[in-house]
Formats: sequence, C-alpha cells, structure tokens
Amino acid sequence: MIELQNVSKSFTLHNQGSAVIPVMEGATLSVKPGECVGLVGASGAGKSTLMRLIYGNYLAASGSILVGGVDVAKAEPREILALRRKTLGYVSQFLRVVPRVPALDVVAEPLLSVGTPIEEAREKAATLLAGLNIPERLWSLSPTTFSGGEQQRVNIARGFAYDYPALLLDEPTASLDAQNRATVLDLIEGAKARGAAIVGIFHDEAAREQVCDRFVDVSGFSPKVAA
Amino acid sequence: MTPLLQVKDVAKMYGARIGCTDVSFDLYPGEVMGIVGESGSGKSTLLNCLAGHLAPDRGEVVFDTRADGPVDTVTMSEPARRMLGRTDWAFVHQHARDGLRMSVSAGGNIGERLMAVGDRHYGDIRARAADWLGRVEISDARIDDRPSAFSGGMQQRLQIARNLVTGPRLVFMDEPTGGLDVSVQARLLDLLRGLVREMGLSAIIVTHDLAVVRLLADRLMVMKDGHVVETGLTDQVLDDPQHGYTQLLVSSVLQV
Amino acid sequence: MSDYNFAYLDEQTKRMIRRAILKGLAVPGYQVPFASREMPMPYGWGTGGVQVSAATLTPEDTFKVIDQGADDTTNAVSIRKFFERTAGVATTEETEKASVIQTRHRIPEAELTEDQILVYQVPIPEPLRFLEPRETETRKMHALQEYGLMHVKLYEDISQHGAIATSYAYPVKVSDRYVMDPSPIPKFDNPKMEMAAIQLFGAGREQRIYAVPPYTKVVSLDFEDYPFEASKADHPCDLCAAEDSYLDEVILDDAGNRMFVCSDTDYCRSRREAGHVGRLGEEAAA
Repeated sequence: MIELQNVSKSFTLHNQGSAVIPVMEGATLSVKPGECVGLVGASGAGKSTLMRLIYGNYLAASGSILVGGVDVAKAEPREILALRRKTLGYVSQFLRVVPRVPALDVVAEPLLSVGTPIEEAREKAATLLAGLNIPERLWSLSPTTFSGGEQQRVNIARGFAYDYPALLLDEPTASLDAQNRATVLDLIEGAKARGAAIVGIFHDEAAREQVCDRFVDVSGFSPKVAA
Repeated sequence: MTPLLQVKDVAKMYGARIGCTDVSFDLYPGEVMGIVGESGSGKSTLLNCLAGHLAPDRGEVVFDTRADGPVDTVTMSEPARRMLGRTDWAFVHQHARDGLRMSVSAGGNIGERLMAVGDRHYGDIRARAADWLGRVEISDARIDDRPSAFSGGMQQRLQIARNLVTGPRLVFMDEPTGGLDVSVQARLLDLLRGLVREMGLSAIIVTHDLAVVRLLADRLMVMKDGHVVETGLTDQVLDDPQHGYTQLLVSSVLQV
Repeated sequence: MSDYNFAYLDEQTKRMIRRAILKGLAVPGYQVPFASREMPMPYGWGTGGVQVSAATLTPEDTFKVIDQGADDTTNAVSIRKFFERTAGVATTEETEKASVIQTRHRIPEAELTEDQILVYQVPIPEPLRFLEPRETETRKMHALQEYGLMHVKLYEDISQHGAIATSYAYPVKVSDRYVMDPSPIPKFDNPKMEMAAIQLFGAGREQRIYAVPPYTKVVSLDFEDYPFEASKADHPCDLCAAEDSYLDEVILDDAGNRMFVCSDTDYCRSRREAGHVGRLGEEAAA
C-alpha cells in the first residue's frame, strides 16, 4: 500500500548562501494493508520528515513514493489532493483549522469532502468525539479555543473520521491520559483490522509495542557524511 | 477530465515593462488556486487578463463552456465574454464598493445578475435574493437596505452573494479578505470554504496573505516580477518552498 | 418673413440635424449624437426640441407647441412665438390642424395621424444613466442589449413602494431592440406611442436625437407579476367630464378644495365647445 524506493531529500536555503542541507538518502520502506510500521530513531533523525514526504507535504529530491499506486514524488497537485481525500490520512501533532468552525464540523469535514451526507458525517463525528471524551458542550465551539490535549483529541477524531486505506500517525498518543490513550490505541487496532496500512511515530514505548508489527530505524536513511 | 480553465503562455506588457509573462496552468473543476506575490508582482494583472478585464498581448485563456466546450475567451466575441462574466464567471473585488451598486438595495444588488439573464418575475427574484442573504449570513430584514448601511464584512458577503446567485462555475477573487478585521476575515474564509465545497466551485484567489491561501487554496502559484517562480500543492509550497523568493516570502510571515 | 434664415438655424446645421433624424428613424430608439447648437434660450427650455422642429419645419407647416399639455404656458408661448418670428409659419392650438407639434411632457389626447410629426423635448436621453454613470459603459450596454439594469430600477421601485412607482419617463423597449427614455411623459401616455405619426426626440444639452417611426412596437418594461399599468387620477375632468384623459390636480383654496382638469387644454376646450360639462364646468364658464 505504501512503497518508498530510494527516497532522498535535501533543503536548499537560497537566502543563506544557497546552503544545501541533505536530510535523507536511500529511504526505502514498504507497508502492506493491515500492517503498522513504527518509525524509530533519535530526535532529528528524520522521522517526521519521512512522514511529510509520504504525505506530499515535502517535495522529494529523488526516488519514488507510491501510495495506493500514485507516485507522490511526481504527482500533480490535484492527484495528491484526491489521494489525501480518499486514500491517505494524516494525524499530525498540530491542529490547523479555520477559526470559528465548530469542532463537530472540523471532525466531519473529511467525510463531507468525499460526499457523505452531512447528517451521517456529523453522527460519525459525534461518536468519535464522545469516545475521546470531548464534552458535548464543546462540540459547537471552535477547537482553536481548546486546551492542547483537547485539540490533540479533536485532531485524532478528524484523522479517524473517514476510513482511509493508508494512515500516517505522528505521536497520536502524546499528552493523553490513560483512558484516552486506550481509546486511541483501539482506533488504531480497528484501522489495522479493516486493512489500513499505517506508518506511525510513537514515543510512548508501551503503545508502540502494542500496535506496531515492526520497526524501521530512520537513522539508516541519514545522508552519509561527505566522503 | 477536461480542465475548466486552460491558461497557455499568457503575457501582458505595459509598454516595455512586464505585467506578467509566460503564465501557463490548468485549473480543474472544484480546484481552488491561490496566486501569491508582493505588490507589483503581476498577480492582479494576471487575474484581470484571465477574467477578461484586460486583453493579454499573447496567449490563450481557454474556458470549458457549458454550451460549446473549450473556447478561447481572449478571441471570443465581446458579447459572449460579457455573458460569461454574468453567468459562469464571477469576480469578487477587494473593495466591495467596486463590485456593488452602492445606490441599489441589497436585494437589487443580488437580483441584478438574475435580471441580466432574463428573470422577469419580481417575486422569484426577491425570494432568491432573500435566500442568498441567508446563505451569506445577512438577515433578510436587511434586504431593502443599501450596502452603504452595511459594515465592511457584510458588504463583502453581499458582494459574494451577488456574484454567486447565478451559480457560476469559476470565481475570480482579488484580495477578498483585504481590509477586513481578522475576526471578520475568519468568518468570510469559513463562508467561502463552505460555498466552494457545496457548489463545487473552482476559484482563483489573488492575495498576499499566506494564511488565507493555506486555508482556502488547494494549489499555489508564486509570482515575482511578472514571472511565475514556483507552483505546487499549497502546503508543500509553504512548508517546503523550493525557490529563493518563496522561502523569503514564507520566512517573512510574522508568527502569532 | 424676417431677417432670420428660415427657422433660425442655417441650412448646413439643419441638414446635419436632418441626417441625425433620418438615422434615428432608421434605427428606432437608438440615440444619435448630433452637434447641438447654442439657441437663444437656456438649456432645459427645450433647445433640443427646438432644433429638431427647426430642421423639420417647412414654410407650409402649421405648428403647435404644448407644455404639460397646455398651449398657454410660458414655455409653449415663447417657443410658438419664436417660430412665428423666425420661420413665419402658421401656428395653431388645435391638435388636428397642426402638422408639427412640439411637446414637453405630454402626448396629445387626440389620436395623431400619418401626416403629423410629434417632437419631444428631452432632458436626459439615457434611460440607464441613473444606475450607470459611465457613458462608455451605457453605450456598450445598448450595443449588446444588456438591459438587466433597467429592471433593477423597477425592482427597487417595487421593493420600496410595493408597486412600480415610476410614473413618468417610464422606460420602453422600441421595436424589440433598444431601451429608450420616452422623455418625462406620464406613463399614461406610454401606450399611445404606438401611433401613426412620426415621433422625434431632441436633447439639446446632451446632444442626442432619437426617433420612433410610425406604427413601431413600443413596449413598457415590467415584471410578470407586476405588469405595466397606464395610470391616471381616478376622476372625470371637472370642466369637460372626460373620463379618458390625463388630469392635472389643481388646489383651489386653503381649505383643501381641489379640482381635476384635463392637462390637454385643446382637448378640454373642444369637448366643452361640443357641449360636455363637468362638475365645476358651469362656474368656470361663468
């Protein structure tokens, strides 16, 4: 479902003497449907960079990144957008939303964008928010006013609203209490069970051991220091 | 799928000075494209060339018309182009007073496009105007008030209603949130996002506000000195800019 | 005959105006620009109508002038005198006897015939002007028949007054093509514009001439659910008892007493001569 072949990435800082900073080289990864792969490696080793490359948020310098048959490294914007709508979900660490939109609609939006009727989408969103212990009185408020933990849970609910065949999870259990953490792990198990291919970053070791089928150390993709 | 708009090698010169040049792109149904760049970068010139307000010196702007399929709007007859401007195209100006008739009531402003395409039933026109006021969150009690009695944000929403009432497929927007308070901007952005999704609109939005394009645009085109320096998926261009100018633009934004 | 060239204007100018008139007749409702001359009267007193009349009159014509339907108001009297002196043509107050009638704000009640010409004085010839101030834009709108804006004006009327409140200078579409300002005639007169006589319109300050040929279709704009109505005061004439004529309301005293009389003085006079007597007809005769 997710196939990376020899992916490399570097940043060119045009405004700082055109410094070229290679950050990744020869990244190769394969995730099958129903499989959850945990990315490990020291902080700064490139775990988030790899996720962003898969999501198309960063532009790969070379290599191929196939997600559901689409090469994200070369696809047109609209192809990537279609991929993000129907195939590839991403739960980032930060919630980015239009101010003023109620939490319920923030969570329902991925469903609306694939044409789910609004009532059905809101119902699903309500179930998810309730499961993640967001009090109902907050549903009609914009999550921009929520606490960090609440925002994180809204973000997770949004990521799991639509059943993406492929999912990227960046620290989904960070800053959650035991009960919510268990709910999130259940959601991940559920996604695996329906056949989603998942790539995740988990600092929480117990969570990592519970949901991941195997681990990939991204330190192996670090650029070799100039020979 | 046929692109809704195909822009091929469009150029506009002001004497020896470049307005914009070598601009080509395809816009597909439902896509929202942002054009960013500093003042004088040619983004407004380009928008006006695309919308038929300025005649480009070179290039084609091919629109997929309902009746005849793709037609070059640069060479099409003026009546046909103006008809497009009243039906399938819409143009939202930065200053609402450029896009509204300030001496005509809100209802008359919305109804104008309907009457322009031959609607002759007062009751129907008025009902549709009231419906659109509701959709842009203006109380229908204000239907007979003139826009001069409205706040800036309301005027901008009225301008949007006036433009969308005929169900256009392509909306051109020139700094639609410019000059509005931040809270009013947010409301407008939310409204626009909803309308774009519900009506399946395609849009081209010119702005210098990167926060606006991040929330509204699927794709981004960055312009400098009349040239397109970078294009791509909005979040990719903003988070991983490739061109030096874009990097400068992104790093210049104040973080709140 | 006086020392003036016939009908005041020189022959070249009259030819120039006639060319504009012919073009106007060829393109009904289209505003033809013309080089309006300074006339020995102020703008707003009918300089456009006077120039059109001057270019239209021949020595054999009989000329009549009405202002708001009346032959005896200042404007009518002075223009009639002007042509008596500069053209030496015969003048009349009787509609049937006139071959050229210059009018301000009315169409005579008596039906006009094929051998008559009606000349209107026009203050603002552009019907779109109040909504679209740019001349370049209004010309384009006429050229492309983009007349939606005209209905915006009527829409505004209904939304503010519950009905189309425009009661004079009511816009019409001529020969299914051009939208035209019929000059400030009451909308009561609009249906009469489909007539046997030639109708010429002159706007002196705005330098425009336009025309409606005989038997041309003239349609007053309206909405399906608010159709055009040619309205008048719901009274008979208090002098001649006519029920079909356009009426002026006259306040009689400080107690609020009033009377309604035909605005067309010739029509009213001829009816009274034929023996018709209205509510106050006897007193007035006394």
